[in-house]
Amino acid sequence: MTLLKLEHVTKRFAGLVAVNDVSFSVDKGEIVGIIGPNGAGKTTLFHTISGYHVADEGVIEYKRKNIRGLKPEIICEHGIARTFQIVQPFGNLTLLENVIVGAFNRHKKYSEAKAVAMEMLEFVGMKKRADVRMKDLTFPEQKKVELARALATEPELLFLDEIMSGLNPTEVQEMIEIIKEIRDRGITIMFIEHLMAAVMSLSERIIVMHHGEVLAIGKPEEVKENPAVIEAYLGGAV
Amino acid sequence: MKKKWVLIGLLLVFLFTFPLYSTNYLLHIGIITLMFAFASQAWNIISGYSGQFSFGHAAFFGVGAYTSTVLLVEYNVNPWIGMFIGAIIAAAIAFVLGFLTFRYKLKGAYFSLTTLAFAEILRVFVKNTDFFRKTMGIMIPLDINPFWYQFQTRVGYYYTILILTIIITVIVYLISRSRLGFNLIAIRENEDAAQSLGVRTFKNKMIAITLSGGLTAFAGTFYAQYLLFVKPETVFASDISVSILMPAIVGGVGTVAGPIVGSFIVTPLGELTSQMFSNLAGTNLIAYGVIIIIIILFMPEGVVGRYHDWVNRRKKGNKETQEQKESVTS
Repeated sequence: MTLLKLEHVTKRFAGLVAVNDVSFSVDKGEIVGIIGPNGAGKTTLFHTISGYHVADEGVIEYKRKNIRGLKPEIICEHGIARTFQIVQPFGNLTLLENVIVGAFNRHKKYSEAKAVAMEMLEFVGMKKRADVRMKDLTFPEQKKVELARALATEPELLFLDEIMSGLNPTEVQEMIEIIKEIRDRGITIMFIEHLMAAVMSLSERIIVMHHGEVLAIGKPEEVKENPAVIEAYLGGAV
Repeated sequence: MKKKWVLIGLLLVFLFTFPLYSTNYLLHIGIITLMFAFASQAWNIISGYSGQFSFGHAAFFGVGAYTSTVLLVEYNVNPWIGMFIGAIIAAAIAFVLGFLTFRYKLKGAYFSLTTLAFAEILRVFVKNTDFFRKTMGIMIPLDINPFWYQFQTRVGYYYTILILTIIITVIVYLISRSRLGFNLIAIRENEDAAQSLGVRTFKNKMIAITLSGGLTAFAGTFYAQYLLFVKPETVFASDISVSILMPAIVGGVGTVAGPIVGSFIVTPLGELTSQMFSNLAGTNLIAYGVIIIIIILFMPEGVVGRYHDWVNRRKKGNKETQEQKESVTS
């Protein structure tokens, strides 16, 4: 079943085309990785789908409903959650309070929201520190809590924007396991990542972007051998 | 947790028995202190929780004072009813102000200046309108009867404002533990992140400002009935706005206890300084200025915020020593 479908989506910033005529679709239950050199338009694409930017052209359909032009909060209510490339914590709140904000998306009562938030903190392995303020955490820890917060909104589709950046190899391994578990819970995942090992081991399909355009879509092995991709990444040196 | 309730209990006992052992002048200070605690608590909803700093809450305070007074003097409406009508009108005005500012995404200093200007516009409007008797103000005819919101002694006023303050504090406490409260705090902390979690920022800010404006009006009506006199310079002036926001800032913005603790620190000081230098106008504002500098330098999170921090740190310390012990024994 197709969950998300983009058709000819274009986003321009004062003449600069950041996302150019992008079309693809994501099926329910998939893990899709997005890769591409810096400035390829990956994050802009995420922003455009999740409502932080409005696409200038094209159609964005989620569960066969057009979501182009909707505000981010409405898109979240529809069931798309996201994390940010640069963590966006509620610094003065505790971890628990941070995640409760997310849990209130589907739950009206404080006690219910708190229970969901606790479960999510446990899931990412941060339950022990539930009463610590977000600003007192290290960067990788904040990334985990941000993931818990997004999960607490109970999404069907989850966008992860470079969630592995800044993590050490052990933490990366942990995060890969967490993402696999999220997928096992039936949540569809799209993620932007530079870390090739993680992209190759997680993705069922990979979308390669370059200069705002989709260069290639396919299984990891296919993409790896695609001459256009090698050209974009290595400048044809190999 | 238990200690907190004991503290609240002791404070309530003190507040309820205060008239028994206070002089008439102290009682006056108590009344003004509670009144600004009340107004500051209302301010706390939009400015403390959702972080949209209003410098113009005198607008809602003045609307409350004038609405009940005009209704009483011109149409013989009971002030207890006029109080609610004032709140509804103030809420409607707050709604319009909120719509105009939040619709166009005004934030920070821009929002604050807009609210300041808005209150000033109302002051100038009332000052120049015959219907509101211009700068002369309106006297409330004496009719000492609790039914008409007038009391023989200050004790009656004291208990009225005490109960109002308790009610609003309970309201703010309930908000702070509700979805609305969490949404507002999320907006204050990081609006982009809040949106990504499904927080409808515009709607929540609108609810907060409408509620805040409406509740502030109750303090206005109380003030009018306490002085039995309203005039633009006393209820719409910007130093009323300052007196409303000071307690929350000193006590701790976005905390339930902050506005009350803050008001007990700030308001008596303001009253005393303006009493001591009664021939010099505005000395209370000088005192406020000094306090604000001290607070911003040494405890920007306010007295209650600082207390929370301290408790957190102690808890953390305890936990760490506990963990150390555990690791030693294991």
